[in-house]
Amino acid sequence: MSRIEETFGNLRSRGEKALVGFITAGDPDFAMSLEITRQMCRSGVDLLELGVPFSDPTADGPVIQRSSARAIGAGMNMKVVMEMVRRIREFSSVPIVLFSYYNPILAYGAEKFYGDAVAAGADGTLVVDLPPEESDELTRLWGHDLDFIRLVAPTTPPERMARIASRASGFIYLVSMTGITGSSGLKSEETAVVAKELKKNCNDLPVCVGFGISTPEDAAKMSQFADGVVVGSAFERLIESGLQDSHIAEKVGEFAARLKSALRAGE
Amino acid sequence: MRVAENDSKMASILPDGGGHFGPYGGRYVAETLMPAVIELERAYNSICAEPTFQAELNLLLKDYAGRPTPLFCARRLSAKVGGARIYLKREDLAHTGAHKINNTLGQALLARWMGKTKVIAETGAGQHGVATATAAALFGMECKIFMGTEDISRQAPNVQRMKLLGAEVMPVDSGTGTLKDAMNEAMRYWVGSVRDTFYVIGSVAGPHPYPVMVRDFQRVIGDEAKRQIMEAEGVMPDMLVACVGGGSNAMGLFYPFLEDGCEMVGVEAAGCGIGTGKHAATLGAGSVGVLHGSKSYVLQDENGQIKEAHSISAGLDYPGVGPEHSWLKDTGRVRYESVVDEDALNAFHLLSAVEGIIPALESSHAVARALVEAARMPAEKIVIVNLSGRGDKDLGIVEKLKAR
Repeated sequence: MSRIEETFGNLRSRGEKALVGFITAGDPDFAMSLEITRQMCRSGVDLLELGVPFSDPTADGPVIQRSSARAIGAGMNMKVVMEMVRRIREFSSVPIVLFSYYNPILAYGAEKFYGDAVAAGADGTLVVDLPPEESDELTRLWGHDLDFIRLVAPTTPPERMARIASRASGFIYLVSMTGITGSSGLKSEETAVVAKELKKNCNDLPVCVGFGISTPEDAAKMSQFADGVVVGSAFERLIESGLQDSHIAEKVGEFAARLKSALRAGE
Repeated sequence: MRVAENDSKMASILPDGGGHFGPYGGRYVAETLMPAVIELERAYNSICAEPTFQAELNLLLKDYAGRPTPLFCARRLSAKVGGARIYLKREDLAHTGAHKINNTLGQALLARWMGKTKVIAETGAGQHGVATATAAALFGMECKIFMGTEDISRQAPNVQRMKLLGAEVMPVDSGTGTLKDAMNEAMRYWVGSVRDTFYVIGSVAGPHPYPVMVRDFQRVIGDEAKRQIMEAEGVMPDMLVACVGGGSNAMGLFYPFLEDGCEMVGVEAAGCGIGTGKHAATLGAGSVGVLHGSKSYVLQDENGQIKEAHSISAGLDYPGVGPEHSWLKDTGRVRYESVVDEDALNAFHLLSAVEGIIPALESSHAVARALVEAARMPAEKIVIVNLSGRGDKDLGIVEKLKAR
């Protein structure tokens, strides 16, 4: 059983929903970013998504665009991301998902990426611009020690949902709205309809909803019809607001704790 | 039946069902967009096969865009070179002043057949933006054009034209504020508006079916040129030359000739020189990667971060290239060369002075290379250069460079 599967199993038995926390790896720099992940893991984040910064993040809004630019400027690249995973493993066993665009993986080497990610202690990967139509070229080179998280969008028809789920592992990432990350205008009734359809077609994989979830209230609302929520831009917005703040990691941790408490049963 | 014959001959070089040209092409986009590009592919395949669609498009190309564009024998230019006879395919005479209108009329008409009422586009030099805004005005569609702030300042006349045509120009200031950044932003906007908005991509780039679709809408350039050169000379040309940014004017000219014997040269922008790192020679100096929805050569660093391109010409200032060009490079069917800013400028002045034709800076790259090639060839040989656009839009930048 993979660490991701195990985590969802434990959460289910406790009646909790998962908090998946995304940050851009290396924003604002390696040391601070590592400290932020430490605080997040300590404060109840159930899964950590480390964003590999890319120069042209076409699925991301301005907040993550800026965080990626800061991280690249501070010297972050795939090799350093792997180092960051190793360092996180020194203090936490929280499952880690590497969230990347395809080109940095291609440049690093598909097989090397798999080998290094597994060796560093990563548990899964999500490649945002690699739909099932194109992903064989990557996964056929891989073993089974890295879950392959796939995206489903509100535009995805039901039969396509089933096809995507049949080739996914770990969990399914349901995009809450037709838009880029960090967009406003969350419509929980509309997402609920898509989530219900996905639940029929998800091959029994856990479903986590993300994009535009920025408050504990959002998290509570969106988790009602899913197994967890993904929060990314809201963490990055906080990091951006505290670039000169030496206590920013603690503040990110406190925010994670507030989000998590909204996802525990009865709260 | 000429077209049908060509198609059957070319079955071997069409992309596969997933839009792959060998290892290149494909659909590397976020899931939100996948259903849209699949829908577009289906619509394109079924609607474009309709004789009424083709008839409507052909009529527009003739009565509205002014096709066929002439094939002009540039005698004084050829005499200057003292080698092969140079013909210019006059896409600069098409409505809006560049070949871009061939594609935007096709895509906008397809959008209308699909029931979409809003269109968006990215633009570099502004030619594709103007051509999209023009088609949108003609069809009464709402139109937004994404354009980098650097390009907005160096291509001001085209910004005014787009506004006059009723389009909203959306300034993009991320990155270096050029074509790549405009395309990023157009894709982001499309992710949020995909249910009712048609994205008119301006080159043979982007996810499948765009590279095929744009090529098919642009092949009219090569189809006409083939007929015209046979009428004028009674023989096939020996060489075709076209500039390559994303590569749509080159694909349009080359495609109908791919199975023929003639040599083909694609000309990239070498900017300040490939050795300086300030260039846009994606095929000449790039490596394989994924950008803007397809796999192709890209300019990137060792970490897979896309590099900024540089060219005097905004339309070539792009760190990617259409996937079919990558395939044609690898198979050796097309030879890709590059031309530095200065040589392009010299060709710009030369063509203006000796033929009375002011070429776009993009097309000036093709002219510059054609001069080199023609000089090496005997007088009975024939070279066709795609004069993809007119240079009025570039007068400001040329004047500024002169002053320096």
